[in-house]
Amino acid sequence: MRVVSSWGRTRRVLHDIVPVPDRSSLAEVVRGTPQPALAFGNGRSYGDVCLNSGHSLWAMRGLDRFIDFDASTGLLACEAGVLLKEVVELALPHGWFLPVTPGTQLATVGGAIANDVHGKNHHRHGTFGENVEQLRLVRTDGMDIECARDVRPEWFAATVGGMGLTGMIASAILRLRRVPGPWIDSQSHAFASLAEFFELSASLSRSAEYNVAWIDCATDANGATRGIFFSGDHAEDGTPASPRADRRLPIDLPFSLVNGWSVKAFNSAYFARHSRASGPTREDYRAFFYPLDNLLEWNRLYGKAGFYQYQCVVPREVESDATQALLRAIARSRQGSFLAVLKTFDDRAPVGLLSFPCAGTTLALDFPNRPGVVDLFRELDAIVAEAGGRVYAAKDASAPRQMFERSFPKLGEFVAYRDPGIASDMSRRLFGH
Amino acid sequence: MPTRLLVIGATSAIAHAVARRYAASGARIYLVGRRAAALDANAADLKVRGASEVATALLDARDFDRHESTINDAWAAFDGFDAILVAHGVLPDEAACANSAEQTVDAFEINATSVISLLVLLAARLERQRHGAIAVISSPAGDRGRASNYAYGAAKAAVTTFASGLRHRLQAHGVRVLTIIPGFVDTPMTAAISKSALWSQPPRVARDIQAALDSGFGVIYTPGYWRLIMAIIRCIPERLFVRTKL
Repeated sequence: MRVVSSWGRTRRVLHDIVPVPDRSSLAEVVRGTPQPALAFGNGRSYGDVCLNSGHSLWAMRGLDRFIDFDASTGLLACEAGVLLKEVVELALPHGWFLPVTPGTQLATVGGAIANDVHGKNHHRHGTFGENVEQLRLVRTDGMDIECARDVRPEWFAATVGGMGLTGMIASAILRLRRVPGPWIDSQSHAFASLAEFFELSASLSRSAEYNVAWIDCATDANGATRGIFFSGDHAEDGTPASPRADRRLPIDLPFSLVNGWSVKAFNSAYFARHSRASGPTREDYRAFFYPLDNLLEWNRLYGKAGFYQYQCVVPREVESDATQALLRAIARSRQGSFLAVLKTFDDRAPVGLLSFPCAGTTLALDFPNRPGVVDLFRELDAIVAEAGGRVYAAKDASAPRQMFERSFPKLGEFVAYRDPGIASDMSRRLFGH
Repeated sequence: MPTRLLVIGATSAIAHAVARRYAASGARIYLVGRRAAALDANAADLKVRGASEVATALLDARDFDRHESTINDAWAAFDGFDAILVAHGVLPDEAACANSAEQTVDAFEINATSVISLLVLLAARLERQRHGAIAVISSPAGDRGRASNYAYGAAKAAVTTFASGLRHRLQAHGVRVLTIIPGFVDTPMTAAISKSALWSQPPRVARDIQAALDSGFGVIYTPGYWRLIMAIIRCIPERLFVRTKL
């Protein structure tokens, strides 16, 4: 048994780690594992979607081989434990990039599919799952399923965003997109109210591919929300980027460096820096997409108690009022940290039964694990539910079952595709098994 | 001309991590291993990562009668090798070995006898070639017998000593022999063991192995701090040592 925690580190629990060394012996490994089991990738999910306390975890990083790459079509076949970073490092020199990338490149391909992750360009390329050409699912009942949007589409829809509960995602074929090089031309725009954010978002999302806003949650509760809107596009520049060294936070701090004072100081400095430098800048793709990856294990900044991330989406029709209400509740609680992010999602048909994005605005922010923080989440849940929005499973560690059921109307349909030998802490919390 | 690499025990996690580093610089790679499907998966991975050519051959290390023909085939296919890595081995169940002569000898045969047999065959060819480097993976377990893994450790001690002699012999022929002593490495072989800060990932160890094959000399502990740890462990007087739990 080994202690495993998710990215939020709020709990450290013992698991039986089952190596998954290669894809040729998968069927035996999957059938031979004591149940319930769960696939564990690189542990970048924040909540309990990747935990299976006291039971088996398949160590998916053992499945980290490429299978085939066609540099003329951009189709890449790989095992599910390959990191997004490894995909990019292979493909970029050939002029290809991930059509959709989350804020870390240290997630696995399997994890990106299971959580149907999104990036800053939902209006252009949708979610990660929309760009999966095909995937292979190996189940504890002996089924070995190849599926795609048009091949056994019901299995594909259940598995994309299916939280790893429909079987072990063993491999996938990804459809990459052409880019001129590793550089992003980005621009920042300061805003002083939520109304300004929505104006910027409406105008920039028509012109720029990548859009994301950072907001200062430490501002007062009167509705003044300052922030910086970042937009970016791939630069027509083929100059190779230089390799970067990782830095690592080597120890668990006994206390959290993230507190009221540090958040205020950080936010003021951040705002001041970006509101001055508002002209276009050419950045390395890693600086633009993965600013925190460079500091490996930055989650330790929150100290031994760990942290939660709360991410929700509220629908377009009510996005302005609902977002305002969420920010007020957070400001009142004085619990927010410096990583608060606003993005908008476009109106696209979701590819998975449980895919998170829907047309509207998504808010994500981190909270140090302190007494009372979960009560705040229930308060936020009420606002989200009232607005007809949903919470994001990849980040969640505390939502009650009813909230989840309200968030995902296709939950009933999904249950039929669950693998009976697979469960997670999240599935026990949200499905009861 | 691309580097020619021969890997024996090519489905081991450390060996594959080394092969990937060579693939990235366009090497020609010859993989020898026991499981065909796993070898093919590794070969495909290395091709995608840039290897200019990948060939595979099946060999169970205990099949001594096939050692010579396997090495001959490999040599003929690539007309010799610039770098060779011998990486096969098993971590035996020490508790079972403690009461089974058969299992102890079996493990020794894989971890020591088969390695030595292959080294003899490879050394003869490298000596004639008068060029190249050969790295063999040994273990800190071979530095001192400990209750928790002496069946494994005794075999690795044999490998370490054999490699040391081979280095001495081939020195004059322009061939370098590297003894690789990886510390705790997080691989499928060690999956059952709880991991502390002393554990390393295969890519970290692979970097040291490639550097050793390129231009290293002698005994290489990886990561390097294991040299110090094992120096201390070797210094503990036997009377004290037998009372420790290591």
